[in-house]
Amino acid sequence: MDWIAMATGFILILMGLYGALTNRNILRIIVSFSVANTGVNLVLVAVGYMRGRTAPILDEAVPMTDAVTRIIDPLPQALVLTAIVIGLGVTALMLTYAYKLYEEKGTLDISKCRDLKW
Amino acid sequence: MIRRFAVFLLLLGLGAIFADLLLGYTPSEELNLTARYYAEHTAQDLGAANIVTAIVVTYRGLDTLGEVTVLFLTATIIGMVLARGRKHRALQRQLPAAGELLTTGSRLLVPLILLLGVYVFVNGHLTPGGGFQGGAIVASAALLLLLTDPLKRFSHRLIAVMEAVSGLFFIGLGVLGLVYAGGFLDSRVLPNGAFGTLFSAGVMPIIYSFIGLKVGAEFTSMLTHLAETEQS
Repeated sequence: MDWIAMATGFILILMGLYGALTNRNILRIIVSFSVANTGVNLVLVAVGYMRGRTAPILDEAVPMTDAVTRIIDPLPQALVLTAIVIGLGVTALMLTYAYKLYEEKGTLDISKCRDLKW
Repeated sequence: MIRRFAVFLLLLGLGAIFADLLLGYTPSEELNLTARYYAEHTAQDLGAANIVTAIVVTYRGLDTLGEVTVLFLTATIIGMVLARGRKHRALQRQLPAAGELLTTGSRLLVPLILLLGVYVFVNGHLTPGGGFQGGAIVASAALLLLLTDPLKRFSHRLIAVMEAVSGLFFIGLGVLGLVYAGGFLDSRVLPNGAFGTLFSAGVMPIIYSFIGLKVGAEFTSMLTHLAETEQS
């Protein structure tokens, strides 16, 4: 059962890459990248998971003294927290450039943008 | 056709690598050395109930500073890129009015969403929340307002001042840690207080609140800039 989250993450990464590589519409590519990003986050969180343990927050249920045996690894969670925020920033940037591209070219189809192609 | 085939091959190869990783993965039974240190020392040393927050704000506070910088740069670049085309900004057609449901709903929900956002980032050291999540919630209130009225304009000056002030306080508290405690962004400038209460964990909740305000302001500025591209 532990592998379900990780397998889902890997599948999401593959789905996202497939979408990014086969689509021509730049908005669809951005959505695909978001899907792949979610997959990466899911895999990272799944790595920190341990069976039968709880979230790394100490309270009455998880006293300080036996925290070591009761909580899961907090480090991947802190990492993913960072990754989600940066992912959002990257998505916003991609959308901005997509808007600029549309303004310049009047199309969202990347196969029509051939400026750097020879 | 060849292109499709190449994509298929690439994904097949990646899938094989992933499958190998997945099959070879054995979940660890024990916390590793770093995680064990955090689990044992966070409560005594820093007085924070949420270990993830202690890592994000104090143990690896410098990373968070970098992250906030990246977000700031993103917001600035979006503003810069979108500000170029401001010439033909005039809106030609009349937008249909937002429905009764959306208008009334947003009037009811916006204060509640703001309150929830503030609650989430003020209690970041106690509950599963924090500045980034709370900031995103605060910005979602701005998004709701923009959905109701796409032509609504927020004050750029207010957003910029809020962002700058909270950023300055974030750095300032970090420097205070350098002077009065163990190092840059050390949270033990103030006493740790009673474990598990709102006023505990030193300056950690204060720093995270400023991060929350800053993130909220940055996300709102991104939303505003994207909304201002609305034309024709």
